[in-house]
Amino acid sequence: MLRVTGLTKSYRSAGEDVAVLRGVDLTVATGESVALSGESGSGKSTLLHLIAGLDAADSGEIALAGLLVSGLNDAGRAELRRDRLGLVFQQFNLIPSLTVADNLVFQSRIAGRHDAAWHDELIERLGLKNLLKRYPEQLSGGQQQRVAIGRALAPKPLLLLADEPTGNLDEDTADEVLHLARDLVVRTGCGFLMVTHSARLAATLDRQVTLHAGVVA
Amino acid sequence: MRRPLWILAVLLSHWRRHPMQLATLLIGLISATALWSGVQALNQQARFAYDRAAATFGGARTAVLVGKDSATFPQQLFVDLRRAGWPVSPMLEGRVQIDGRSFRLLGVEPVTLPSEVGNAPAVGRGSLQSFVTPPGEVLVAPETLRDLGLKDGDRPQANGLTLPPLRVQAELAPGALIVDIGIAQDILKLPGQLSRLLVGKSKAPHATLESVAGDKLRLVEPSAESDLERLTDSFHLNLTAFGLLSFFVGLFIVNSAIGLAFEQRLPMLRTLRACGVSARMLNTVLVIELVSLALVAGLIGLVCGYFIAAALLPDVAASLRGLYGAQIPGQLSLKPVWWFAGIAISILGALAAAAASLAKAIRMPVLATAQPQAWQQAQRRWLMLQSVAALAVFAVAAALVQFGDSLIAGFAVLAALMLGAALILPMILQIALALGQRSARAPVGIWFWADSRQQLSGLSLALMALLLALAVNVGVGTMVESFSRTFLVWLDGRLAADVYISAASDQQAKEIKAWLRDRPEVQAILPGGRADTQLGGTPIEVLGLPDHATYRDNWPLLESTANAWIRLRPGDAGLISEQLSRRMKLAIGDHIEVPAPGGSWPLEIVGIYADYGNPKGQIAVNFAALTRHFPQTPLTRIGLRVAPDHIAPLITALQEKFGLDDRNVADQATMKRESKRVFNRTFSVTAALNAFTLGVAGIALLTSLLTLANSRLPQLAPLWAIGLTRRRLAALELLKTMAVALITALFALPLGLLVAWCLLAIVNVKAFGWRLPFHVFPLQLIELLAVAMAAALCAAALPVARLARMQPATLIRTFANER
Amino acid sequence: MSVSGTITRRAFAGGAMALALGGKSFAQGFAGLGESAEGFAAVTPGKPFTFPADQGPHPEFRIEWWYVTANLSDAGGAAYGAQWTLFRQAMKPGGPSEGWANQQLWMGHAAVTSAGTHRFSETFARGGVGQAGVEAAPFRAWIDAWELRGLDAFDPQRIAPLELKASAADFSTTLRLDAERALVLQGDHGYSRKSDRGQASYYYSQPFYKASGRIVIDDKPVDVTGTAWMDREWSSQPLAADQTGWDWFSLHLPGDEKLMLYRLRQKDGHENLFGNWITPDGRSAEIAASGNSITPMATTEIGHRKLPTSWRVTLPARGLAIETTPLNPKAWMGTSFPYWEGPIRFSGSHAGNGYLEMTGY
Repeated sequence: MLRVTGLTKSYRSAGEDVAVLRGVDLTVATGESVALSGESGSGKSTLLHLIAGLDAADSGEIALAGLLVSGLNDAGRAELRRDRLGLVFQQFNLIPSLTVADNLVFQSRIAGRHDAAWHDELIERLGLKNLLKRYPEQLSGGQQQRVAIGRALAPKPLLLLADEPTGNLDEDTADEVLHLARDLVVRTGCGFLMVTHSARLAATLDRQVTLHAGVVA
Repeated sequence: MRRPLWILAVLLSHWRRHPMQLATLLIGLISATALWSGVQALNQQARFAYDRAAATFGGARTAVLVGKDSATFPQQLFVDLRRAGWPVSPMLEGRVQIDGRSFRLLGVEPVTLPSEVGNAPAVGRGSLQSFVTPPGEVLVAPETLRDLGLKDGDRPQANGLTLPPLRVQAELAPGALIVDIGIAQDILKLPGQLSRLLVGKSKAPHATLESVAGDKLRLVEPSAESDLERLTDSFHLNLTAFGLLSFFVGLFIVNSAIGLAFEQRLPMLRTLRACGVSARMLNTVLVIELVSLALVAGLIGLVCGYFIAAALLPDVAASLRGLYGAQIPGQLSLKPVWWFAGIAISILGALAAAAASLAKAIRMPVLATAQPQAWQQAQRRWLMLQSVAALAVFAVAAALVQFGDSLIAGFAVLAALMLGAALILPMILQIALALGQRSARAPVGIWFWADSRQQLSGLSLALMALLLALAVNVGVGTMVESFSRTFLVWLDGRLAADVYISAASDQQAKEIKAWLRDRPEVQAILPGGRADTQLGGTPIEVLGLPDHATYRDNWPLLESTANAWIRLRPGDAGLISEQLSRRMKLAIGDHIEVPAPGGSWPLEIVGIYADYGNPKGQIAVNFAALTRHFPQTPLTRIGLRVAPDHIAPLITALQEKFGLDDRNVADQATMKRESKRVFNRTFSVTAALNAFTLGVAGIALLTSLLTLANSRLPQLAPLWAIGLTRRRLAALELLKTMAVALITALFALPLGLLVAWCLLAIVNVKAFGWRLPFHVFPLQLIELLAVAMAAALCAAALPVARLARMQPATLIRTFANER
Repeated sequence: MSVSGTITRRAFAGGAMALALGGKSFAQGFAGLGESAEGFAAVTPGKPFTFPADQGPHPEFRIEWWYVTANLSDAGGAAYGAQWTLFRQAMKPGGPSEGWANQQLWMGHAAVTSAGTHRFSETFARGGVGQAGVEAAPFRAWIDAWELRGLDAFDPQRIAPLELKASAADFSTTLRLDAERALVLQGDHGYSRKSDRGQASYYYSQPFYKASGRIVIDDKPVDVTGTAWMDREWSSQPLAADQTGWDWFSLHLPGDEKLMLYRLRQKDGHENLFGNWITPDGRSAEIAASGNSITPMATTEIGHRKLPTSWRVTLPARGLAIETTPLNPKAWMGTSFPYWEGPIRFSGSHAGNGYLEMTGY
């Protein structure tokens, strides 16, 4: 479903080009969960951002369900994120001025894909029922990340992208959150690509891919 | 179409969680719109009144023929010109006294009145027949009727005659009485005489003026502005300048509120983008949000502006009447365009204030890239640029002082001065703080100064607002105080008589004088009189002063020949007012020809005197000479010298004997009180706007500090972590704010004095025709300094108090959140 | 027009002065021309006319006019028309007072017409100060720079010779008027009945003028010659209240015969026809009240008004059956009180030219 071929990307820093990705090939099948690991600077977050259309690659191809991501303009990439992708970040990235309920619902609303039954099920499965009226700042990290996962999956995306989703959580909470995420991914049947530096967590997914010096090791 | 609404809802949720921020933004927009539109409402109201006046009088907008060297001319010239094809209409103007008050009587001829002289049709509203047939009618504005305490149809006494019945005509300008030309000739006792001919626009062929009227008449071409507009320009420019200043200060607030909101919403915007909102959509919705807020604030601002205008209108009207004799109705009536303009200015203002934030949002990358803090470099470059711009602006100001010779140039100097000062302020602060840093020894001290410097870029807009508000306050305050002092001294000399009488008629004046002659307590009877004429096409007054020691000893002269008062006696010399001297570039020793009914009256100028508050130029001559050359001059004004103890009983006796009331007879103290009251009202608008501006500047400072307070936590947290208590940190923060405010205020003082000098030496001279001595009032300066520091203290108190009470967890979180 | 109920021929224009100056309510004040003439002198039959006295103004009557129309042509045969009119109206009875209190209003109308152009102008004045007036001897009628003035050897019985002058922004007229024959009394020896309820005016004419002079349109001068006609009329209440308007002809017939003919229209659709047939020897006979007719033919639309600018005129007893056509159908006088006035031509049993005036449309 996701196919990345020959992807390269370099940044200009302190006057010289630094190649972050040097020809990455990667696939994620429907329903498959893949862990992307590698040491700091290996380019795993960059790869995730390129797939999410948050940044543009220098060369190579990203195809998502037949759609060529690398050929899209800003509006097209926004549409891609809105309609086909779910994004979860390390910093939770909830909207502080919206309640949990509103945070959960706004992406599916913006995407115009609100499904009330699925929405209720998400709340149920994520255990957010009693937190709906709270604001993000009144939640623990684990709770916040559960809301973020709910928000990402509310529009039923094709692919869930997570960038160190448990990086800010303690081990127990991290396990719990990841467990929930995997359950829901299975429930929706979407693909799941998670960037993590934790081998322990990576091992819980279907497949592990390691980036090293900008290429898949 | 639901998508934008959802995005808008998400954006708006920020304000629900930060109501203070929303309030600040709205307050900024409201105060900007309110002050601006309030001032516009006042200007519009005044202009409307001038139009009315111009239309009634066929004033400067119509070409006129006036006597070349006499105030009036025979009406046969009118007939001769009509017979020669000239589309002229006769007018006779004079003054009448009703109840001791002077009114402008205007005789018009409705049948020939050119159609382009606005109010011509209104003249016939009643009926031509009753207007032109004796006794005729006196058309008056409703305001005039109210002032007189009379009603429609009443027939008051004036100039010893019973006037025709009064008829209200709403379109007329207040203060003028309109009668038929023939009736005016009767009332003014000028049979067969006219004071001017209005020239219609009809292009029928006609003979040359000289071939018909010889050299008796002179054509005065129409000017685009009416006399009143020209005279009051400066006043309105002044109002507009204040309105603009307040508007910009208000926008400072909006700018900082929007800047803060944008910084705080940055993560939200990123999240929205990550969740699939395109940049274009986001920016569109951001603009929609801003415009909606501006719309709401604009409407509220307009309502506030309306009330501000309504509250200030009586003072503005009093100022305009006191300064220029312009009559402004006390009822505010606004045109739809005012509302549209107000809303538009609110939206444009909001967009301008948000421009930087919006531009940032448009260029915002979805991914937050950690950028090195190059603020110092950027700030230095920015400071240099601003300072260079400031120097350029100062150079322009200097050039304007050197070469400019108009009111606009005067205001341009002021504007350039302020702009330059605002631009250079950050540099001055930077240098002052750097000096502070160099002198600091303790680490906290060094941090104190260094951190203040870093804070500058965030505060500089608010500090500029404070600087401008303070400088304007100092400038205007100094000008008003200088004026006040000069005016009071001048008034003491000018109001030299002890009792002032204004008789109802010449006959009554004669009787009063006869009665007074037998009263032993009356030391001197000083008859006075005033005639209207024109010099070089502009109206002037000729004032008759009796030859008496009272005037010689007290009347203040700015310059004079050695024996000026004695030179007046024969009637071939006169003193001129400062305004007239400046306007017509006349000096002592010059000769002028004053048009008088009997022909031209040659006078040599032997002195120049101050005549503050008089829009018209004035010539003072010997009273007896005045009555010889202007035989129609009413002789109803009498001044008396009376021993102090006898003043009150004499006034009572006069009132009883001649049925005079307070308006007809007054003692010197009352006259002075009245003059001071008028004077004070003249500047009350200025004072009110001044206070508004300072208040708005205070709000700007508060909002800027609030904005900074949040973003400064990461800088303060490490200090807290290394052992400074929150209380200590709060105290340091307060001290820093007060320090930059003090530096700003100290810079504002000399700037304000410079502004005052500009106002006194350039603007006043051009606007009013007089130059006032420049005084510095240290107490006033200290007071303002205190006000400024109090404002800064108030503004800083809230964020500092918050800091002092801040939960340690909040400070800790800054470490956790910092990326 | 709103005041059409009180219009009289040319007298309406006197009322128009009020209109021009004061709007409708103003007109109501004294434009009730069809109403009471209380306080003013009455028009009665059998008045002996004396000249030059009756060429001067009659301020004891409410309204009065001096009215000249001329049918002209240039050397190339192109036709022109010219109009010069001075109206007087008294605002109140009791004769004129001194100076501005005079109570007499004056209004002048002037126009020139060619086949392609029609120009007009108006002006107003108060009496008593010299801006406008009429003096019988030596004869002089004037308002502003417009003038109708007796020349040397002026004969009051012929009101000739005269000089006529008028000028406005875009045209001017200067004519010399000569007449060999004496003036002619209209109606019944100068008593011109306007209704069967007593409304009437004093009315005489000089229809025999030979005119020559120059007209200037847009700075282009044209020397012209032709015929002219003067009407003099005064009254205090010339029309009945229900008379709405008026179609008036002055026709120069072949053989120096003249015909003055007018139709008064009433609100109820009824109309009255009056006129005088003038023979070259100066005899003037009233035409019969019945058996004659004038009928509108073609109409011209000017603004929102429809004006019958072509007419059929039949006077069976005189053997006259003609059709008239205007020189310029757009001869509209867009003055403060507007009306149609212009030169016409006619053909049929008789051929010639003349002037047509139509009011109340």
